[in-house]
Amino acid sequence: MENIDTDQIIPARFLKATTRDGFGKNLFRDWRYDNDSEAKPKTDFALNNPLYSGDILVAGKNFGCGSSREHAAWAILDYGFNAVVSSFFADIFKNNALNNGVLPVTVSELFLQKIFEQGNEATLSIDVEAQTIRIDATGEQESFELNPYKKTCLLNGYDDIDFLLSRREAITKFEKESA
Amino acid sequence: MGKTLFDKIWDKHVVEKIPDGPSVLYIDQHFIHEVTSPQAFKGIEQRGIPLFRPRQTIATADHNVPTINQHLPIKDELSRMQVEQLINNCNKHGVELYGLGHPYQGIVHVIGPELGITQPGMTIVCGDSHTSTHGAFGTIAFGIGTSEVEMVFASQCVLQTKPKTMRINIDGDLQKGVVSKDIILYIIARISASGATGFFVEYAGSTIRSLSMEARMTICNMSIEMGARGGMIAPDETTFNYVKGRPFAPKGNAWDEKLAEWKELYSDTDAVFDAEININAADIPPMITYGTNPGLGIAVNGHIPVLEQIADEGEKKNIEKALQYMGLKSGASLVGMPVQHVFIGSCTNSRIEDLREVAELVKGRKKNDGVKVMIVPGSQQVAKQVHAEGLDRIFAEAGFQIRQAGCSACLGMNEDKVPAGEYCISTSNRNFEGRQGAGARTLLASPLTAAAAAITGVVTDIRELI
Ligand code: SF4
Repeated sequence: MENIDTDQIIPARFLKATTRDGFGKNLFRDWRYDNDSEAKPKTDFALNNPLYSGDILVAGKNFGCGSSREHAAWAILDYGFNAVVSSFFADIFKNNALNNGVLPVTVSELFLQKIFEQGNEATLSIDVEAQTIRIDATGEQESFELNPYKKTCLLNGYDDIDFLLSRREAITKFEKESA
Repeated sequence: MGKTLFDKIWDKHVVEKIPDGPSVLYIDQHFIHEVTSPQAFKGIEQRGIPLFRPRQTIATADHNVPTINQHLPIKDELSRMQVEQLINNCNKHGVELYGLGHPYQGIVHVIGPELGITQPGMTIVCGDSHTSTHGAFGTIAFGIGTSEVEMVFASQCVLQTKPKTMRINIDGDLQKGVVSKDIILYIIARISASGATGFFVEYAGSTIRSLSMEARMTICNMSIEMGARGGMIAPDETTFNYVKGRPFAPKGNAWDEKLAEWKELYSDTDAVFDAEININAADIPPMITYGTNPGLGIAVNGHIPVLEQIADEGEKKNIEKALQYMGLKSGASLVGMPVQHVFIGSCTNSRIEDLREVAELVKGRKKNDGVKVMIVPGSQQVAKQVHAEGLDRIFAEAGFQIRQAGCSACLGMNEDKVPAGEYCISTSNRNFEGRQGAGARTLLASPLTAAAAAITGVVTDIRELI
């Protein structure tokens, strides 16, 4: 599916919450359920099919367009995904995802098609260090781009805030010098 | 090569540049409100750390608050919870809060400047895109996401990639009836709602120099509506006179020292911008929008573009869809079209000067029976001034309703909404589908043009009333 906007990833009516947790159950809410009822899952939607599971979400191009709501990244992470693979990501979504430890992997259109051709049981391996993604069944692989700073963050399991916390001494020094 | 105003402030605030990454940018002043702060407070608590510099954050409640009976509990439960949580969080973490009932309460971008918290040369952030308003004082001010609010809580810094710079020069005298809102609506219509994406904009030229601080704020406020990261204006005597004597302004020796620093804040004559645009002030008419993004604007007496004449297919589709939502016709003129609502308020146009301008126009006149008119002052201080100057009597005699401070009908998050299918001339900054309520049709314009429509009941060229 292409052009998935953040209004679909997490509908606006769920934005009044005051925590970051629990957004996962409303991920793609309007595509997952009929009449907004958890008793009526739409069986043709992938997240409702037990054959599909795991921690990598694969989607068509222009993923995460529309509103800048960070809640979209929170919902994906909270649902259990650690990486999203697509052939094109909207700018703001990409940043929001990285800020929350979700890896956006941009692959070629061709590679994306190959993944889809594998069908239900395809498994993928992502090597963050080497910046490569591989289709396990065929061994085909492709490399992807990742900002070196963000890569360090992901590999060390820390985020921007941890990074900034580690710089508090330098920041304090800066404050004194510019006072 | 000389430096731009932006570079001068930016360079002074970079703690560290990460190789192949963003810069660690120090933030002098942080503002928060009830909608985008709760998750950031929670994040800090989960990490078990205190706020790094709590005294550099100031909080207010504005987005969710009702604008009548503010002394009563908020009726909408989720809104009430957000406001209550803000109170708890501020108490717990030592953040100064100007909440409901406080004499300083108001829209975050109105109170910062009027209290003298916003000062030239600062870096200012807030979890709200219209933070660009503060750029009118010669600051780097921009909106941030919730993760970044948490970054500021944790370290008083954000990670930022340096944007490109653009200068927009506006020179000459404005036509009669044309005010700063028209200038910015004209610029956005000319370069489109995404025309400044990736840029930080400096507004310059003799027209800008001649504007009051409040008029300058209106222009910087809407920078974000053309995609810019922020907008700014070099500080000058007008700026210094405005800041001087306000509650948080430096006093005595500190004032003299600061003033000397502020006088260095301008773009050097040989500074180079990544893009530059020149505009002749005399070309700017009173403006109004007809579509569903702020870039779809025309002269109030002009015509909506004729669809068949638009070459770009994407653009054509876009406008066609907007016209359908707005219930308007390609090629039509808006003059004489009835409107049902007039909203004068929001962080774009709710300051005392805006309201004085409106009062002067409506004095001794009455509103048309077909329109509901709402005036919402941007802050408690503005409201107080309105009463002190007797503007409230002028409004009351004209049949305008004057309400209490808040974001109000700028966004459909509180009780003030425009019913589906009805037209509202609004002095706010966004005309997106559903922004003022589901199905509401918003026409953005200046306070003068809005007041003119209040009197006549139809879209009116203000030049015919003055
Ligand atoms: S007045 Fe409108 S634009 Fe300004 S801060 Fe409030 S909601 Fe945002």
